[in-house]
Amino acid sequence: MAEAVHPESHGHAEHESTGVDSRKLGMWLFLSSEFLFFGALITNYLLYSNRTGFNIYPREVYDIPFTSVSSFVLLMSSLTMVLAHNAVSRDDQPQARTWLFATAALGSVFLAGQVFEFTEFIVHYDMKLTTNPVASAFYVLTGFHGLHVAIGVFMLLSLWGISRFKGRLSEEKGMNVEMVGLYWHFVDIIWIVIFTVVYLIDAARV
Amino acid sequence: MYGYASFLFFLLGGIEALLLRVHLAQANSEFLTAGAYNALFTMHGTTMIFLFVMPASAAFFNYLLPLQLGARDVAFPRLNALSWWVFFFGGIFLYSSFIFGTSFAPMTPDGITGNIPINGGPGAFNFLADSPNGGWFGYQPNAGPFYSTGTAMDYWSMGLQILGLASLISSINFIVTVFNMRAKGMRLLRMPVFAWMTTVVAFLMLFSLPIIAVALFLATFDRQFGSVFFQASNGGDPILWQHLFWLFGHPEVYILILPAMGIVSEVIPTFSRKPLFGYSAVVFAGAAIAFLGFGVWAHHMFSSGISPVAQAAFGLATMTIAVPTGIKIFNWLGTMWLGKIRFNTAMLFSVGFVAMFVIGGLSGVTHSIVPSDWQQTDTYYIVGHFHYVLFGGAIFGLFSGLYYWYPKLRGRLMNERLGKIHFWLMFIGMNMTFAPMHWLGLQGMVRRTWKYPAEAGLETWNQIETIGAFTIALSILFFMYNWWRSKTHGEPSGLDPWDARTVEWMIPNPTPEYNFAVSPVVESLDDFWRRKYTEDEEGRAVRRPEADQVIADLEEIGHNPPAPIHLPNPSYFPFLVGLAITIISYGIIYHTSAWGKALIVGGVLLTLISFIGWGIEPLEDEPDDAAPGNLQPAEAH
Repeated sequence: MAEAVHPESHGHAEHESTGVDSRKLGMWLFLSSEFLFFGALITNYLLYSNRTGFNIYPREVYDIPFTSVSSFVLLMSSLTMVLAHNAVSRDDQPQARTWLFATAALGSVFLAGQVFEFTEFIVHYDMKLTTNPVASAFYVLTGFHGLHVAIGVFMLLSLWGISRFKGRLSEEKGMNVEMVGLYWHFVDIIWIVIFTVVYLIDAARV
Repeated sequence: MYGYASFLFFLLGGIEALLLRVHLAQANSEFLTAGAYNALFTMHGTTMIFLFVMPASAAFFNYLLPLQLGARDVAFPRLNALSWWVFFFGGIFLYSSFIFGTSFAPMTPDGITGNIPINGGPGAFNFLADSPNGGWFGYQPNAGPFYSTGTAMDYWSMGLQILGLASLISSINFIVTVFNMRAKGMRLLRMPVFAWMTTVVAFLMLFSLPIIAVALFLATFDRQFGSVFFQASNGGDPILWQHLFWLFGHPEVYILILPAMGIVSEVIPTFSRKPLFGYSAVVFAGAAIAFLGFGVWAHHMFSSGISPVAQAAFGLATMTIAVPTGIKIFNWLGTMWLGKIRFNTAMLFSVGFVAMFVIGGLSGVTHSIVPSDWQQTDTYYIVGHFHYVLFGGAIFGLFSGLYYWYPKLRGRLMNERLGKIHFWLMFIGMNMTFAPMHWLGLQGMVRRTWKYPAEAGLETWNQIETIGAFTIALSILFFMYNWWRSKTHGEPSGLDPWDARTVEWMIPNPTPEYNFAVSPVVESLDDFWRRKYTEDEEGRAVRRPEADQVIADLEEIGHNPPAPIHLPNPSYFPFLVGLAITIISYGIIYHTSAWGKALIVGGVLLTLISFIGWGIEPLEDEPDDAAPGNLQPAEAH
């Protein structure tokens, strides 16, 4: 398309441009929108978490050591993501594939941890989505984050599959490793905020 | 496509409005049942905002943004297709509630669903009562699971979610286009004002849509999965809905009006034969409106019991917004001042816009005074106000754009005589319909009232309004006939029918599918004008002797691109993704049944498969070494 848009016979036919790859710019814009999405959800949680009189609060049932471990796993997945991106830019395809798979695997471990956590809360503490607004807010917030992680895992596995199938990953093509990396780091950063604000600070008030 | 679909929805929304007006023309009217009435005003508002003005603006953006920037296409043609299909299916989804939706009487206090259909009793159009009926802003808990039983409001919340997604995708596309696709020399402050307003609107959508997405998700979870965010009986807070909704809803108002302001800022200079007065002031005022627009949402909630400090703050912020708006209005007036004005249809609509928008804007400022607002809240005064800004404002602006840019689409001009009949009928009809609403409101006529008593003395003005509404409808018929007839019978326009200023007029009409045969090199604001005109010592515009040759050359080269031009292949995957999202939405509404679950699973699978297919499909038939990015055509070599 690059060729196609600007017939080479006309040398002056350039574009004013930020110099940033359009896909990357688009991803940044999408992520800026996502920040407001999670911002609204976190605000929603904090609002109800500060109200008194509910029979049960998520902060009373948090298992901080357990969530710390799963948060650590998610943080480490950002490291493997960076390694994958690094391998792609060195054109080391086998290693890139390995790190992509490792990232997806760590993401899945985090998701499994979340499933375990939800089950624990529901079965042992009887705190359901329908119990009260603060419980609703907790499940919807962390659930949407989990959904984002799951989509990330899907994208990572697709890249991994394309790489297996075609033998190599091309950076010029569509959703490349860098883009998925941006998304993945974003999901990670959001989790750091959630873990700090919704888990740690909130639990300290009990 | 956007344009035609949104016009179709405009007609539907218009018919809904006419039914409402027929009903209200009589005191104690029984023409519509209460249920049908509720559904009609809800769907009228929702349709006009989300299915007409927003997509119609998107149609202008899509068509004109690349042309005004001197680009061949938007940055992501396929994302563009995606947002179109998502919008299309979203509209169908919302309107399918007329067929599939159900609506029952509220639950009894002990939680038993009455299963009593809400639409009992005599009256025409009874069947409509089963569509969304909670008002366009779906206030909680009225729109929640206990008071709006049945699926009607589920269709509303899921439908808006889908439409929001479509707008979000397109906003990303437009911003990237503006940032990366401008022709050489087209610096940001040389962009036409319409392109600027597109950018501002895209940012507004980017930052406000995630908030309504959250609000709608919370409402959907309340309705579908038993969460209790807004249900006061379980400790939830209905006011939170209002905050979230209006934190989106007020920027939304500017999403609706700024495109029209952009159009007017193109039309008025062209037909005044003067540059836009204070170009950068207009641009920055637009940005300021958008910025302030995020800080005034609670003026929709003065009567909801928010604290006096908040009322004062939001009242002040609301008054502040009048400043950039006023700057724009004075700039338009300044542009016309001493200009050689040609009053053709496009210009009439633009001038009409300025006049009507001033009225709507001023009645808007009265709402920022809190005690006054308390008197006006939920009366017809409010209805009058926002129809002046949305009809007299946004819709006049859009029609102005249609007349102005019609030649780009068809290579012919629209008929001026029919156009002027359209304008005057619409102008008179509009004022007949919406001006009396202010008076009725101050006399105490309540918004959304199904009936009013005969002795209240409201009937006369209501009848005049109804006549006005039909006058508008008549004017639309003139427009449709003109549109259709001008396609074959219109006067051929040539390349530059209006003696225009901006680069989109530097290519032949109708626009070739590759837009620019050769990307233009821009040297100034209003570049096309610069090529045709120069200034004498006193600053008056003087036509260059070679101007006609410039136009003839542009015409020649525009038809004969010097190098073959590849265009991206059409793709089925955006269509499939749009379809899949809609299937998931149906599935969520009926998730308690087995087939509802099957729909969700099927929809998710279809989405995933489509995305993978999309990811590996090449953009063009013959990829070369500078291989096309799958989604991006921007980086030149």
